[in-house]
Amino acid sequence: MEVTFVLQDGTSQTVEAEDGWKLMEVAVDNAVPGIDGDCGGEAACATCHVFVAPEWRAVTGERTAPEQDMLASTFGVREDSRLACQIRTSSALDGLVVEVVGS
Amino acid sequence: MTISISRDTGLSAEQAEARERIYAMPLETLNPANPDHYPSGDIHFVFERLRHEDPVHFTPTEHTEHGHYWSLTKWEDIQAADTNHEAFSAEGLITIAKYRTPEQVAAAFNDGTMTQEQMEAVAAKGTRSLLSMDPPDHEIHRGAVSEGVSPANLAAMDPLIRERAGAILDALPIGEEFDWVDKVSIELTAMTLATLFDYPQEDRRKLTYWSNILSSTPGTGQAVETEEERAVAVREFFVALSGMVNQRRSEEPRLDFLSLMAHSPHSKDFTDSELMGDGTVLLVGGNDTTRNTITGSVYALDRNPEENAKLRANPKLIPSMVSETIRWQTPLTHMARRTTRDVEMKGKVIPKGDRVGMWYVSGNRDEDKIENAAAYIIDRKNPRQHLSFGFGIHRCLGNKLAELQLKIIWEEMLARFPEINVIGEPERSHSRFIKGYETMTVVIPRRN
Repeated sequence: MEVTFVLQDGTSQTVEAEDGWKLMEVAVDNAVPGIDGDCGGEAACATCHVFVAPEWRAVTGERTAPEQDMLASTFGVREDSRLACQIRTSSALDGLVVEVVGS
Repeated sequence: MTISISRDTGLSAEQAEARERIYAMPLETLNPANPDHYPSGDIHFVFERLRHEDPVHFTPTEHTEHGHYWSLTKWEDIQAADTNHEAFSAEGLITIAKYRTPEQVAAAFNDGTMTQEQMEAVAAKGTRSLLSMDPPDHEIHRGAVSEGVSPANLAAMDPLIRERAGAILDALPIGEEFDWVDKVSIELTAMTLATLFDYPQEDRRKLTYWSNILSSTPGTGQAVETEEERAVAVREFFVALSGMVNQRRSEEPRLDFLSLMAHSPHSKDFTDSELMGDGTVLLVGGNDTTRNTITGSVYALDRNPEENAKLRANPKLIPSMVSETIRWQTPLTHMARRTTRDVEMKGKVIPKGDRVGMWYVSGNRDEDKIENAAAYIIDRKNPRQHLSFGFGIHRCLGNKLAELQLKIIWEEMLARFPEINVIGEPERSHSRFIKGYETMTVVIPRRN
């Protein structure tokens, strides 16, 4: 499947992803700028903050409880904010576009 | 001076002796909050032993001046506590510290007319700040100031920091000894702090002075020697802080921390104690940490010539080197929490209401998480994976600004100086909390 990250400078980076990974890991493996994943994917650092368009919410799911806590104290959070480490890749996400917020 | 280093352990004779001494102590007497362990670096032996023999460690009152407390020394336990704010409350405390009298706690707010009851009421609430509050107050206080270090604001500060870094470095003497801490590390971080507080640049060292006092315990060789001096200084800071915040209220909103606090819709509800707490955290958080990491980077690269050569051959390694230095230095040794219920960890039960130190300085050397953790390796695999910024809702607010300052100063240093030589050993801070350097003598032999 393919996932596209819209970067902070407005350009896009489309990368190949396999099933069953954290979206953060896909970004870090492909050196997507603005996604750091410092805590290793525990929703504990907010360095993988992305905006997910409403039409993708059904397949990306709801925020997890630790993610909700972390986002409550993160700068620039919107209704469509997610932590990429809390989104699992699956074929349903093929074509997903997320916006990198940076931290 | 010749130092003989053991080929097996990489330790000097003095270090090996210190390690032996620490391993011979009865386990229950190990007191990681004892500041005497820090200037020598012995603390790493204390934690090495605890990680292996007693990873969730209890220090009873008879073996510490700080009152009994627990220590978490393994990465996994530190991360678990840091991300569980329900079981590990931050209310009213930041570090494992000595008991302070109501007079001492209330000193900042005492205009000379406070009664004993009023001082006790202030002390009973503890020192609350964005760093020492639980939700929901935490989000209100952190949310009030976080825009000050937003990505957009940092982008705007980038050229300013670069210009200042260049001017600081261009003014350094060549071929003669000077103190790197004073001339570079403090200077750059004080300028940045003055910008963050929109404080007059010419008075920036006043911010450094207050920060040094607020983050230390009075004593010989410390920023102030007596509680009386400390009381005067903290009162002075509070009066200045509240005066500036009040003044910002009548001005147009700006992006400095004080203006953000003044114009927060919640700021009318902030108590004096909370205003002081927030001001202190923002001041100390932006001061000692970055300052000591700048000094630490120069020291570590001097002592690890292969790493220095790698960096000079490939300046693209600067961000990775910065992260590795932040791990290796761990400028704040720990943060503290208080349990809200009995918590079991590694087969021990931490009773409800006890204080727990999350020792980042130990977790950052945990071999189960980080390979070859004692070594300074600027191109290690996951340099960003360290505990120095903490995890969870209290994670360092200014972490990107810290990295930005380190990155800029090193880009400017590499452009100017082919070598920077550390002379002798730096003088390290006598503190259980700030892991840093008081002075470090260097010589820059020539410019590029």
